[in-house]
Amino acid sequence: MAGQQALDVREKKELVTKEEKTVPARYYVPATDIYETDQALMVVMELPGVDKKDLDLAAENDALRVEGRINLGKYEGLEPLYTEYNVGHFARRFTLSGKIDQGSINAELENGVLTLTLPKAKEAQPRKIAIG
Amino acid sequence: MALMYTDPFDALFHLQQALDSFRTSDWLETSLSGVGSYPPLNAFRKGDDLVIVAEVPGVRKEDIALEIKDNTLRISGTKTISYGEKAALHRRERSAGRFDRAVALPVEVDTEGVKAECRDGILALYLPRSERDKPRSIRIS
Repeated sequence: MAGQQALDVREKKELVTKEEKTVPARYYVPATDIYETDQALMVVMELPGVDKKDLDLAAENDALRVEGRINLGKYEGLEPLYTEYNVGHFARRFTLSGKIDQGSINAELENGVLTLTLPKAKEAQPRKIAIG
Repeated sequence: MALMYTDPFDALFHLQQALDSFRTSDWLETSLSGVGSYPPLNAFRKGDDLVIVAEVPGVRKEDIALEIKDNTLRISGTKTISYGEKAALHRRERSAGRFDRAVALPVEVDTEGVKAECRDGILALYLPRSERDKPRSIRIS
């Protein structure tokens, strides 16, 4: 059973982009699953520590841009003793195909996981063909 | 030196540098299942107390079990991912499964006073140091 498999640690992937940031801090690439159902394309990404209000989503020019910022205030007054991972804001960008109905993208954030539902445009949905 | 963030532009950079410099710390080296086990942990000191933070995105609060005995902390649970039926997978970077990690804390904690919270995929544990374990200052007479 897949659920019984032991979880292993994956090192967080640092964001490397052609556009450079003007601040020295590192960004991370959120681990993402993408799958397709009959009606929609689903994009699920892990954004631990990102609150709903610190999440920016934009779909423009056939690109979907996600940026999530973590709350630094939570680290105030804490003195590190031992660390196994680093923290940083998250950013990722996807190019959307024209078959997505960009006007009705739905987003949900729960337990640090963002689920985006990108409905397929009507013409891209599978059609059942009846045999006459 | 406690972390202070007054300049919003440098704040994250300084935090990242501070966290990086403790990647080689051997503070938890004697643990039962140390480095490389899920979930990855960061340990901080807040005054006299300890704060342990872990990233557990997609794990529900009900699916995490926390146990503490003497100075051994155990974090176990399961992470499940459901794609639903009839899904064609395009990209798979997230992983699911069970986890079980025990760490030996190098200080004595007041097990009654331990508090835990899980929010936005971050598990945070507040472990107050036991009064017995706190250093006492000695006056020179």
